[in-house]
Amino acid sequence: MEILISLIKILVVMLVLLTCVAYLVLVERRVSAFIQNRIGPNRVGYKGLLQPVADVLKLFIKEDIVPKLANKPLHRLAPIIAIVVSLSTIAVVPFGDKINLFGYEIKLQIASVNIGILYVLALTGLGVYGIAIAGWASNNKYSLLGGLRSCAQIISYELSMGISIIGVILVTSTLQLDKIVEFQHGWRWLILLQPIGFITFFVAIFAETNRLPFDLPEAEPELVGGYHTEYTGLKFGLFFLAEYANMITGSAIVVTLYLGGWQFPYLQSSGLPEFWTSIIQVGTFAAKVGAVLLFMVIIRWTVPRFRYDQLMDLGWKFMLPLSIANVIVTAFIIYLFE
Amino acid sequence: MAQTKITRTSDLTFWQKLYIPEIIKGMKITIRQMFLPKFTRQYPEERWNPPASFRGRPVLVEENGKERCVACGLCSRVCPALAIEVQASETELNKERYPVKFEINMLRCIFCGLCEEACPEEAIVMSKEYELTFNNQEEAIFGKDKLLISKENLKERLEFLRQYR
Repeated sequence: MEILISLIKILVVMLVLLTCVAYLVLVERRVSAFIQNRIGPNRVGYKGLLQPVADVLKLFIKEDIVPKLANKPLHRLAPIIAIVVSLSTIAVVPFGDKINLFGYEIKLQIASVNIGILYVLALTGLGVYGIAIAGWASNNKYSLLGGLRSCAQIISYELSMGISIIGVILVTSTLQLDKIVEFQHGWRWLILLQPIGFITFFVAIFAETNRLPFDLPEAEPELVGGYHTEYTGLKFGLFFLAEYANMITGSAIVVTLYLGGWQFPYLQSSGLPEFWTSIIQVGTFAAKVGAVLLFMVIIRWTVPRFRYDQLMDLGWKFMLPLSIANVIVTAFIIYLFE
Repeated sequence: MAQTKITRTSDLTFWQKLYIPEIIKGMKITIRQMFLPKFTRQYPEERWNPPASFRGRPVLVEENGKERCVACGLCSRVCPALAIEVQASETELNKERYPVKFEINMLRCIFCGLCEEACPEEAIVMSKEYELTFNNQEEAIFGKDKLLISKENLKERLEFLRQYR
C-alpha cells in the first residue's frame, strides 16, 4: 500500500509539474508581452490558454537533426541528464503537511529524506553535466562556449548557495526539508531570520537556473543559442522543459527554505476541518511558488545581462564573502543565546 | 568640443552600489509598463487604413466605364523595375488611343510611384492596397481586369496628387 501511495504521489506531482512548466512558458510569454506593451499569444484557445499544447505539438513534429561531427551518444545523453535532474529535485520538496484521504494518512511530500538539502545540492550540481556535455558533444564553438560558461557560473554560485543554506541549517538544526518547514510555523519565516542568506540564495538560484540577468550560457547576442544551438525538435524541447522545470523547483526550494513553505500563519488555530486545512496549505505553497516565479519573470525584463567578468566578480568577491559572513554571524548569535 | 562626463563605478553612491534598491526601482518601472495601453493591432480583424500619401499597388483609373490611359508608354519607360507592359491601339473615343493590353508584374513592382509621376493623364495611381499574395508567378501578373479601379474609389489619392504635385 505504501508503494502504491508513493507511486500515485509521484504520478500526480509529475503531471502537475509538467503542466505547470507548460503554463509557465505561456505566463512568461504573456507577462513579457505586457511589460513590452504588447498582447502576446492570445489566438490558440480562449485567450491563448491552449498555446502550450500547440507549442508542444510543434516540437513533437519537428525534425531531429544531429550534427555530422557530433559525439552521438553524448549528444543524446545530455538532454536526458538535464531533464532527469531537474524533475527529480522536486521529490524532496514538501508541498503540504498531511492529508487524510479514504482513511489513509498521506504525507504531502514524495520522499521525506533525512538529508533533503544535501540531495537538492547534489542534484543541482549534477545539472551542470547536462549542459556541459551538450556543449561538448555538439562539436560547435558556440555550444562549447555556452557549456563552459555554464560550468564556471554554476560552480561559482553553487558555493554561495551551499554556504547560505548552512545558515538555514544552523537555525533549524535539521537537514530535512519538511522539518525546516515545520520550524517556520506562524511568522517564524526564515526570510526574517536570515535576510542576507535569502538574498544570496535567491541570486544563486537565478544563476543556477540560467535566468536573466545570469543567462550567460545561452546569451543569444553572442552565442547564438549557447549549449542548445545544435539541438532541434524534441531534444531541444527537453532542454527547454528542463530549464523551466528548474525554475519551478528552484522557486519551490526558495519557498521551502525561506518563505515558510506551506505554512499559512494562524491557520492551525482557526479551527477549520483538517481536510480543508491541508487543502489551504497546498494552495498556500502553490501561491508562494507562483509569486516567486512571477518575480523571476519580471526580473528578466528589469535587469540587463551581466558581462562575464562582472558575473564572476559578483560571485566570488561579493556573494561568497557575504554568505560566509552570514554564516559566521548566525553561528555567533546562536552560540551567544543558547 | 565639450567633454562629456563619464560616470564611473566610483561615482555611484553607497545605495546604488548595494544594487538591490536599484533593482526594486527598475521593477517599479517594468510593473508600471504592464498596465499601460498596448500597441498591438489584432491584424486580420483590425486593419490599417493607410493615409492618402500611402503607395500601395498601382492601379488604372476608370472613368465612365473606360480607362483614362492613352497608352503613351511613359510609365513603362520610366519603370525602374521593368514591371509594366503596354500595347496601344486606336479607338473611336475622343482620346484616340487606348491600351489593348496593360500588364503590371507585381513580383517586379517596387512601389516607387514613378509611373504615377510620369503619367500625363493621371491614369495610373498608387492605391491603398497593401495585401498582395500569389500562389504562382502567373497569378502575380495583373492584367486590365485587376488593374481597373473606378475613379470614385480612388478619390482620396487623386485629391492628394492634385494638392501636392
